[in-house]
Amino acid sequence: MKLPTLREVGTEAKLLLIGIPVFIWTMIPIYHMFVFAISPKEDAFSGKLWPAHPTFHNFSIVFHQQHYFLRDFWIQFWNSTVIALAVGALTLFVATAAAFSISRLRVPGGRAVMNMALFTYFIPAAFLAVPMYRTMGTYGLLNNHWSLILAMVTIAAPYAIWVLKQASDKLPVELDEAATMDGATTLQLFRLVYVPLMMPSLVAVGTYAILLAWNEYLYAFLLLSKDTDITLPVALGNFLAADDSPWELLMTTGFIYALPPAAVYYAFKRYMVGGLTAGAVKS
Amino acid sequence: MAITLSASDTPSPPLSARLSPPQVWGIVLLAPYLLVFLAFVVYPVGYGLWLARQPASYVALYNDPIFARAAVNTLIFLVIGINIKMLIALFLSGFFAQQRPWIRWLSVIFILPWAVPSIPTILSVRFMLNPEWGVVNQLIFKFTGDDGPNWLNDPAVALAMAIGVHIWKSLPFWTLILLTGRLAISHDLYEASDVDGANWWQKFRYITWPSMQTLYITCTLLSMIWTLGDFNSVYLLTGGGPADLTHVLSTLGIRYLRLDQLSLAMASIVCAMPFVLPLVYFMMKRLSR
Repeated sequence: MKLPTLREVGTEAKLLLIGIPVFIWTMIPIYHMFVFAISPKEDAFSGKLWPAHPTFHNFSIVFHQQHYFLRDFWIQFWNSTVIALAVGALTLFVATAAAFSISRLRVPGGRAVMNMALFTYFIPAAFLAVPMYRTMGTYGLLNNHWSLILAMVTIAAPYAIWVLKQASDKLPVELDEAATMDGATTLQLFRLVYVPLMMPSLVAVGTYAILLAWNEYLYAFLLLSKDTDITLPVALGNFLAADDSPWELLMTTGFIYALPPAAVYYAFKRYMVGGLTAGAVKS
Repeated sequence: MAITLSASDTPSPPLSARLSPPQVWGIVLLAPYLLVFLAFVVYPVGYGLWLARQPASYVALYNDPIFARAAVNTLIFLVIGINIKMLIALFLSGFFAQQRPWIRWLSVIFILPWAVPSIPTILSVRFMLNPEWGVVNQLIFKFTGDDGPNWLNDPAVALAMAIGVHIWKSLPFWTLILLTGRLAISHDLYEASDVDGANWWQKFRYITWPSMQTLYITCTLLSMIWTLGDFNSVYLLTGGGPADLTHVLSTLGIRYLRLDQLSLAMASIVCAMPFVLPLVYFMMKRLSR
């Protein structure tokens, strides 16, 4: 074993000088949330960096809905789950069909549709929220889960179509020709050749849509209002309505709410990095 | 003669017969998205533009000091906030390009702000900054004996904090994108420059930057478009307060909506379009190549 030279030690020290602040900066809000979640009420406001008596009591209060703000926790959790899964499934259906049609069947006008979708993708979603809110009222869908599901599909689909189209343009044309030569109908081509080959991109797009819907605050807060209809992020925002809201319970609920998407993100990171970051910006 | 007559006599075949079966399927498969697009993009946007048609709304906006303030805040958010964020991302992409096991671990942690939902973390920051109970002011009190500032009650500080929250959330994403750009640069170039005795600035100036500038500028523009729609960072941290001085355009539209001034809400969005549309046009040009 050879000792590191002074120069190597210097480089390592410089890297640490960047790495440690980056670590602290990244962790502060998350750590703060975690400390609140494991602090009993009296510890929570003492400004300590680690509670004197860490406890999981807050989690038990949340799971048993033992507080005014939390009386609908499980139904809100269920709402979030159902809406996220529905958005994932519908987005996959709409986007895969559209990408297949544009990229493989070369439907007339497909390029125009792709451009319209891209245009929607670039218009900030917060700008679309105001007219969308009114339109949902016109359709009579306000306070109905379908309003949020359809709104999120509208927002998720353009990017999904674009990513899937990029991926499917890379599949060789000969594949379609060979399948057609063997007498495959268009639907068989879609079901037996296209979908299996596109699986990695489909996983990426489905995950993207599910996370987008689970994390959405603005649309959920505009379109749903009844306590038993709203999703978890809206319920978290509602904690702010009162001055004496129990922060430690809010942070506990927030922590529970943040866990599933973080787990999904890390589980599908392989697909997300390959499928999404490559598609996000083409240099 | 007989041939041309019979040709023109036969009625033109129905649409389904003129298209090949794959094309019929193409239209059928495109239909779900087209329906979604018509019902939830074309109709709302058309309706919104119709609502924003009266010049009186723009006069009212022009006379509303909150609108002017929101426009300035949005500009500060975009011009200062985004450029700081992208410069840090460019710098950090160089840091994460170093091959060390501990840096690989750090990059897994570094992505956390992007992986977790923004609502709980923004609320966490909000509580940290609470003047009485927040951990920041408690620590200031413990070490100096003085009361800390009332962070979110000063519009300039509150806006800076909102920009900070935005940077915290989206820095990992852009760092990752710029990192992929950096890793695509051939390593031979750096080795050759080492032989020639180039220093780090020369390496950056003559190797890294020329191969990354297009990506960097695209990322900056894209981030600006998306940040225009960043509702959460401002709304959940400051709520637009104090005294409606920290609104940006995206929260202002919702504020007018809550006040039932729908035409003002739409007019404020229409006012942003001259800035948004050129950026969108440029991005579409780049991406649909």
